[in-house]
Amino acid sequence: MAPIAQFDLWIPNNTETAREVQERIIGLMEQNAWPMRECFGVRLALEEAMVNAIKHGNRMESDKQVFIACELTAEEIMVVIEDQGEGFKPEDVPDPTEDENLENPGGRGIMLIRSFMNAVAYNDRGNRLTMIKKLGVENE
Amino acid sequence: MSTGTRRLDLEEVGDVTVAKFTDKKILDEGNIQIIGNQLFALIEEDGRQKIVLDFSNVEYLSSAALGKLITMDKKVKAAKGKLRLCNIRTDIYEVFAITKLNKLFDMKENLELALAGM
Repeated sequence: MAPIAQFDLWIPNNTETAREVQERIIGLMEQNAWPMRECFGVRLALEEAMVNAIKHGNRMESDKQVFIACELTAEEIMVVIEDQGEGFKPEDVPDPTEDENLENPGGRGIMLIRSFMNAVAYNDRGNRLTMIKKLGVENE
Repeated sequence: MSTGTRRLDLEEVGDVTVAKFTDKKILDEGNIQIIGNQLFALIEEDGRQKIVLDFSNVEYLSSAALGKLITMDKKVKAAKGKLRLCNIRTDIYEVFAITKLNKLFDMKENLELALAGM
């Protein structure tokens, strides 16, 4: 399926710029008549993934950057977010819905990303996230 | 009260404080920090014990905002107070449900139900 829109760029390590890219991606979805509910989920996943990259991956360091790639087709949207940090093992993140973790203030971002996107994968190093949302396809 | 732009509209209904979020999007770390401080001040500085958080303006929130709400809940419990959340739109309720925080928080459909029996 040929892309309707695609771009990739490196941005400075701050959430203001990340949010501008977030708006650009959601804008593309809205222009292509994606339902509001799906735009909500993708926006939330983007927010969580970008904040994770900037805060936990790049540790808020201003000399680091974040790579963002986006490809929109008639059927799906794919976003890649890569930081310049050491990476992490997603399986090491505790389940935030377990009773003993329920009152932890953090640790819900990855779970929300997995819940709102149809496919989520990290590279081996754990510093690059690829996520896909398919138009009109609910998660299990 | 903490410094910074007011992020909560406060209204007293009997002995209950209704705090309505003024932001549509509760995403930005700085914003969330200010909101958190204003929420915590209700308990720690003003000594209010019965608080309803009204989400009717809120269209988006992130996990960082959930973290502040959890801390708020702990502070209210420590002060032997009551906290309820209301007017949460379906999309956002789903965020609470996915993270099972709907078990932790006392959530009501609207303000009237939230005020009942506070």
